[in-house]
Amino acid sequence: MRRKNIILFIIVIMLVIIPLWVKGNAEFSGADGQAKVVITQMQPDYKPWFSSLWKPPSGEIESLLFALQAAIGAGFIGYFLGCFKSKKETKP
Amino acid sequence: MLSAYKKIFLILVLLVALLFSSSNAYAMHIMEGFLPLKWCLVWAIITLPFIIFGLLSLNKTVKNHPETKMLLGLAGAFTFVLSALKIPSVTGSCSHPTGVGLGAILFGPTAMSVLGLIVLIFQALLLAHGGITTLGANTFSMAVVGPFVAYGIYKLGQRLNSPLWLSVFLAAALGDLLTYVVTALQLALAFPAEIGGFTASFAKFTGIFAVTQIPLAISEGLLTIIIFNLLTIYNKQELQELAIISPKDISRKGAKI
Repeated sequence: MRRKNIILFIIVIMLVIIPLWVKGNAEFSGADGQAKVVITQMQPDYKPWFSSLWKPPSGEIESLLFALQAAIGAGFIGYFLGCFKSKKETKP
Repeated sequence: MLSAYKKIFLILVLLVALLFSSSNAYAMHIMEGFLPLKWCLVWAIITLPFIIFGLLSLNKTVKNHPETKMLLGLAGAFTFVLSALKIPSVTGSCSHPTGVGLGAILFGPTAMSVLGLIVLIFQALLLAHGGITTLGANTFSMAVVGPFVAYGIYKLGQRLNSPLWLSVFLAAALGDLLTYVVTALQLALAFPAEIGGFTASFAKFTGIFAVTQIPLAISEGLLTIIIFNLLTIYNKQELQELAIISPKDISRKGAKI
């Protein structure tokens, strides 16, 4: 089981790395700016009618918050697995 | 068993090669203000009943199986992590998985509508990712369609006696992929092309949303198998309680995965 999980995890990591390697000079923006381009292509006179109540002041703050979100989730998953692993192992 | 994984890996490499030539694109939730008011309301109204059923279903699960509370937390945490990870894709842009498949398999689709909504509110308010006005539309794609697809495929897999790992993989991966197909559909409905109308628009949006999502959907499928593997070892009891796996799926060392 452990070996299978390690293999699966390696495949996931490769799926992340391969695009970086294959598309070496792409922007990897995921940018919302590009979305606007596509929508304006479809309907040139569309104006966004609402903007975010609060925006992270910079890209750094934004990644901080995304990292925080991932850390909270990952922290709980680790706690969960640790709890149940020790429960199983200490069972008489 | 190893050779089966090797085969899967080869297929993945081929897929990546196929996608090689796709053009630059983006893929995420629909941004704040980028859906006309009419459509914001339509999607919010369609989504609302799922949230209400979800709350009722969560209530029932927690009442009938209080020992599964931690597992519910895990399902939420899994979505929280996966939707925070913006991962590069072969189209040269980034997107993130949704992570709703796991919870949908464990607790049913509407329970995940509620958890997905919480994640989307967090991202809309704190990260300027998605939006409050587009919340209904984004919840519909990520937290209604995604979980229902995942749940349906898992159940179908069980009925067809497919191996557990395959059902879990397809459920999570297709739930993820279909989420973004629906996002494309929502944008195409709101922004039909001047030439070609809805169809042309849908083709264009699907091209950018769904294609970027393919490798991420595969990643999500694999990560869900990993977590599921661990659950079948350490949380056998809870899984049986929720009737997710039958005793025949379980060997002494965990699930037959």
